[in-house]
Amino acid sequence: MLSAYIPIAMFVAVATGFAIFTIVFSNLLHPHKYNKVKLEPYECGIEPATDARDRYSIRYYLVAMLFVIFDVETVFMFPWAVIFNKLALFGLIEMMVFIFILVVGYYYAWQKGALEWV
Amino acid sequence: MPAPSLGDYLALSAVLFAIGAAGVFVRRNLITILLSIEIMLNAVNLTFVAFGRALGSADGQIIVFFVMTVAAAEAAVGLAIVITLFRHRESLNPDSFTALKW
Amino acid sequence: MPAGISTSDFYYILPELVLTAGALVVLIADVLLPKDRRAALSWVTLIALGATLASLAPFASTRVEIAHGLIAVDRFALFFKILFLVAAAITVLMSVRYLEVEGASPGEYYFLILCATLGMMIMAGGIDLVTIFIGLETMAVSFYILAGFIKPSQRSNEAAVKYFLLGAFSLGILLYGMSLMYGLSGTTNLRVMATRFAGQEQNPLLVLAVILVVAGVGFKIAAVPFHMWAPDVYEGAPTPITAFLSVGSKAASFAMLLRIFVEGLPAMSGDWRLLFYVLSIVTMTVGNFAAVTQSNLKRMLAYSSIAHAGYVLIGVVAGTARGVTATLIYLLVYSFMQLGAFAVIVLLRREDVVGDELKDFSGLHVRNPFAAFAMLLFMLSLGGIPPTAGFMGKFWLFSSAIDAGYYWLAVIGVLNSAVSLYYYVRVVVFMYLKKETIGSEPKATPALAVTLAIAVAATLILGVYPRLLFEVAEASARTLGMVPITTALR
Repeated sequence: MLSAYIPIAMFVAVATGFAIFTIVFSNLLHPHKYNKVKLEPYECGIEPATDARDRYSIRYYLVAMLFVIFDVETVFMFPWAVIFNKLALFGLIEMMVFIFILVVGYYYAWQKGALEWV
Repeated sequence: MPAPSLGDYLALSAVLFAIGAAGVFVRRNLITILLSIEIMLNAVNLTFVAFGRALGSADGQIIVFFVMTVAAAEAAVGLAIVITLFRHRESLNPDSFTALKW
Repeated sequence: MPAGISTSDFYYILPELVLTAGALVVLIADVLLPKDRRAALSWVTLIALGATLASLAPFASTRVEIAHGLIAVDRFALFFKILFLVAAAITVLMSVRYLEVEGASPGEYYFLILCATLGMMIMAGGIDLVTIFIGLETMAVSFYILAGFIKPSQRSNEAAVKYFLLGAFSLGILLYGMSLMYGLSGTTNLRVMATRFAGQEQNPLLVLAVILVVAGVGFKIAAVPFHMWAPDVYEGAPTPITAFLSVGSKAASFAMLLRIFVEGLPAMSGDWRLLFYVLSIVTMTVGNFAAVTQSNLKRMLAYSSIAHAGYVLIGVVAGTARGVTATLIYLLVYSFMQLGAFAVIVLLRREDVVGDELKDFSGLHVRNPFAAFAMLLFMLSLGGIPPTAGFMGKFWLFSSAIDAGYYWLAVIGVLNSAVSLYYYVRVVVFMYLKKETIGSEPKATPALAVTLAIAVAATLILGVYPRLLFEVAEASARTLGMVPITTALR
């Protein structure tokens, strides 16, 4: 019973070990020189202009709504994935049809400009 | 502590359902009413899952998947409708919608 | 292929598949067609509906359950599917001009009409809580959007919000009842459920489930006291959608009602008959008396449609093969006269006149004799005057009630019809006797003329020669798992 957890324990150990190893090893290796660019939150990217905790624009609701719909459809893929082996080709075709219908909806929303930030 | 029985789950879902239904009648903000309806649907989901577990059948869980997706679709459509109305009225209080006799 | 599913299942849902494909084509065509060619979408929609109707042909006398008993393909479902497709086609014909006047984009509109029709078809065939629920929601969500389709119109917006809130609320109640039904029977299949409920008549939870489902379905068929959404939604929604809502959605909800109660809950027939008995009387009476005071025709027709739900419930209460037959007949007959009446209102809609106030009908017979005559016929038919189809429908409903021993129900129904004549005839008086005419004369487009012609022909032919309809409806009703006639209440 417990032996079933050995792979997981090994995985945890390796993952933690790797993280610690990289941090410690890079600290030992890298040159300790700092300048302004080095101290920015992102070394490559744009410096944040305002506070992150801000109210979203009302325009965001459209994206949020589309997200909710397409996100929830994923719920059907979990049970499908669990018995995928039993369903075989039939299940694959069924899921393709399902996704095709979703893609048509997505294509429509896209072409109608629902994804544009007006 | 004993594991909760089917009766406990049903009682909880009945209470949730009552809270949601009361919210629909008492609250005077469209978004809150929408949330209350979601509570009602989740109470239903709980009943289905509890029964499904007690009966050892998967039907209850299958129907919950569909209720969840439909609730999401309804929420999206409902919010869109509410926003269209809000653009006209600048109000979310259902008592102020009087273009048609309520 | 997994156990329990076979290729033949896909053959049996061919009409639904065709309709789904048609809906997707409309959606894609809306994007691909240039703006000035979008009018062609109404043709694509009509072709999709026609193809679906044609694909029903192989199933004229099929009677099977497919996919683990999720869907039944039988004549009962067939009857309703034909009704939905014809109603949808008439709605599309009506919409062409209406959308032009309102300046709304046709793509989503036709797509949603097809989706709603698909939902209705699944409702009519569903013999499992899962399929019925999905069909119901496919239909309802489409209608929520359609009711608010005229975005600049505040009335349309309000109609959508009200319909959505009460629709979603009623869905919660219906689902709670369904969850109890599932829990007490251990199955979602209505026919299996029926056998498991035998002997559970006294279970208070089951009684609660019946009450909840009656309330949930009552919302959908707009029975009093669950009707408060109907007048507002009917008045505010775009007129063709009001027509489709009052015909298609109502018929589909009755199909669902018959499936759930007659097929799934015969053991509880004493309880639900009592509930529907009361609902029927209250619905008829309140609907008719509220309609008398209305000056807006769409609102009046909304109350009249509430009253008609009450009449149809008489057939459900009777619960016999004859009662179900009468229910089917009345729903079909009602569809034509109701769609026709709304088509006349669409005809009167111009840029400057909404055309749904009673005064807009003043002197219509001078301005457009055919439209006035058609409206006269629809009003008489809705009031139940021979030789129209409405009379035959009512005749069967009331006689089925007498047959099953519900004499008082029949008497109250007849009295209500008499009251209803007052407000139907008032429209006729406005059209033929009032002199003043408002605005220019309404011009009928070919599509609207066809709509009116179909509705007029159906109303007359079914009234004069009802034999065929009766036979078809009876054969359809007989495929429904029929309750043995128990006389639970007199």
